[in-house]
Amino acid sequence: MCLAVPMRIQEIRPDGMGIGELAGTRHEVDLSLVKAPGVGDYVIVHAGYAIEKLDENEAGERLALFKELADSWQVHSP
Amino acid sequence: MKYVDSFRDPAIAAPLCDRLKTRGAALAARGGRARIMEVCGSHTMAVGRHGIRQLLPENVTLISGPGCPVCVTAPGYIDAAIALARRGVTIATFGDMLHVPGSEGTLGECRSGGASVEVCYSPRSARDLALARPDREVVFLAIGFETTIAPVVSLVDLALREHIGNLSLLTAFKLVPPALRAVLDDPEIQVDAFLCPAHVSAIIGPRTYEPFARDFRKPCVIAGFEPLDILFGLCAILDQMVEGRASVENLYERVVHEDGNPIARALMDRYLRPVAARWRGLGQLPDSGLMLRDEFVRYDAEKRFDVPVGPGRESPGCLCGEVIKGKRSPLECPLFAQRCTPTDPVGPCMVSSEGTCSAYYKYERRMRA
Amino acid sequence: MRQRETSIQLAHGGGGVMSRNLIRDEIVSRFGRGPLEGLPDAARISIAGRELLFTTDSYVVTPLEFPGGNIGSLAVHGTVNDLAVSGGRPRWLSLGLILEEGLPFEVLRRVLDAIVAAATACDVRVATGDTKVVARGQCDGMFINTSGIGDPIPGFRLGPERLRPGDWVLASGTLGDHGMAVLAARAGIGIMGGPVSDSAPVHRLVEAAAAFAGGVRFMRDPTRGGIASVLNEAVEGQAVGILLREAVLPFAPGTRSAAEMLGLDLLNVACEGRLLMICEPGVGEGILETWHRLPEGQRACRIGEVDDRGGAVILETVMGSRRLVDVPQGEVLPRIC
Ligand code: SF4
Repeated sequence: MCLAVPMRIQEIRPDGMGIGELAGTRHEVDLSLVKAPGVGDYVIVHAGYAIEKLDENEAGERLALFKELADSWQVHSP
Repeated sequence: MKYVDSFRDPAIAAPLCDRLKTRGAALAARGGRARIMEVCGSHTMAVGRHGIRQLLPENVTLISGPGCPVCVTAPGYIDAAIALARRGVTIATFGDMLHVPGSEGTLGECRSGGASVEVCYSPRSARDLALARPDREVVFLAIGFETTIAPVVSLVDLALREHIGNLSLLTAFKLVPPALRAVLDDPEIQVDAFLCPAHVSAIIGPRTYEPFARDFRKPCVIAGFEPLDILFGLCAILDQMVEGRASVENLYERVVHEDGNPIARALMDRYLRPVAARWRGLGQLPDSGLMLRDEFVRYDAEKRFDVPVGPGRESPGCLCGEVIKGKRSPLECPLFAQRCTPTDPVGPCMVSSEGTCSAYYKYERRMRA
Repeated sequence: MRQRETSIQLAHGGGGVMSRNLIRDEIVSRFGRGPLEGLPDAARISIAGRELLFTTDSYVVTPLEFPGGNIGSLAVHGTVNDLAVSGGRPRWLSLGLILEEGLPFEVLRRVLDAIVAAATACDVRVATGDTKVVARGQCDGMFINTSGIGDPIPGFRLGPERLRPGDWVLASGTLGDHGMAVLAARAGIGIMGGPVSDSAPVHRLVEAAAAFAGGVRFMRDPTRGGIASVLNEAVEGQAVGILLREAVLPFAPGTRSAAEMLGLDLLNVACEGRLLMICEPGVGEGILETWHRLPEGQRACRIGEVDDRGGAVILETVMGSRRLVDVPQGEVLPRIC
């Protein structure tokens, strides 16, 4: 129900608004709903609002796990 | 697109599909099948867009739940928005709402008739509109589930801070957990597990689903909207079913944190209070919506302009109610792709691009032939 | 009765099902004989024994200026492209301007300069024109109409009825850039950077393919409604269908990310400088090679094949599954859900 994309915070203005970037596309992002946003952080942007931070470690781990499981399944699946 | 493309990697998807098949077979060996409700419309859209239904084993079916905020908006709400537009108010809205049928017509038709209806990507555009046109009243169509509510209600916060007097909200906010409970409480409903929404869960947190897993013995798995997330989520559900478990599993840890987003919930709590809400198809559900608290009544367009939102008239013959509950598939509706098409939708499930009927129409209709 | 049935809606102009119905029921039913039959991009007419191609198009775009072009460049390229995809060499243009009271001279000058530059680059002459001014509110800044006349290039025999299973589907470059650039630049959307319109002429691509003309079966520039609309039209009512492969579809990164943000399917989004061609398999490599030598053909590639699924356009997804690519429904709207 809630289309949202991961954007990297490029800039934070004094009024708290940020500029988010996704592969060259930039948009103003309201950062007021996330805790301690910083330049370089990835946030999930829905309707121009960051609704949560994206944890890069978790993303990396999840992908690594996906790969690992996929490899093992490939070997063992009949 | 970092964190998008990596979760669409076909090299990982292939073994994943094999895994799904073996888990499906394991379930079948025990005489079982899985009817999994993807609660959220964005999952429905992603399933269609990536053709995921075709990758599933035969005994695994996906059922689309009540998770499209546009589809569940009652016709009376559209009627009220049209009444406001006809009175010369500027309506600011997400694009999805333009073609939802009210009792008589749509906002898109109303705009063609000359009314001022502005499509926004972000609620903040409504504030920009209000500032640019101080002579006009601007009403934002405040629909959405938990993910959208905080962004929309922050408009009130902005209006208060910036002393904007010509901006208000026509609210029809909806909450996901009460809808899930309504689905489970229906004795006819046959759902074995839930694929839980990605971004709603980011706000409410995984614990909210615990009663469903515990009391109803339904596996609840939170997954992102990318194909790998969805395929893994389905694998996890099948694992639970094969092993006879039912628990809440969060596979979208990169975004969904243990206690959700407390900042967003605090903002919602400051401005809003629970209210019974009317869902198209599900009817009136207690405490399933949120409305502005009394102290903020001047931002409540329904009261400010005295346009009470009634139930409205639902389209006769439309099975949306049943489709939203997952009791029927769009393909069972006699109007589907006949009298009801995305160009001339009968029911809201066909209007919204993430409505179940529209997703079926777009992606699956002729693939079955 | 619903208002939809009694008055024109915006979606009637969106290039989807409603546009098609409007044209079929109101236009073709009245004018659909003679050169207008089959609604070609340009009509073949003959004057004093000489064959000519003749076309017209009106340009309405908000905002008037967008990354990659403005309404002026668009008005030249659009008409040049209609002639080109009909197998023609564009020669002459007419230029009709409708200006709204209050339009800044600055903007008008930039638009006119773009028209001159585009016409020069396409080697076409503006031969006649007209200017009208209407009161504030009666048009959106400015509207332009251009008509074009061209010479047919010998050798092309085009028509969807010529499609055969196994034919190649070629695209001359990235898809959906124009529609996304215009949408992204619109008030209320507020995207910065990202999509840049592909507004450009395709006649050099057509000229380059002329050496293989006998093997070319179908050419279009996928404007309103994108390639989904054009390809569906091509196979509608035919014994053949089209299979597209998602993994090879060319998209510009900024266009793709903007589409992800707004929840749009780029197959439905307009291009204004791309050529979509269907050809015999034997000439496909040759055409791609000549295109790659042109700056506008750098990203040309084969995006799919004609198959025998009558009337259907199917996409093989990156995931290896298949889904239907339907005719878009009209106005492209951003969604949040
Ligand atoms: S196909 Fe149309 S009429 Fe039937 S349930 Fe879906 S929206 Fe309602």
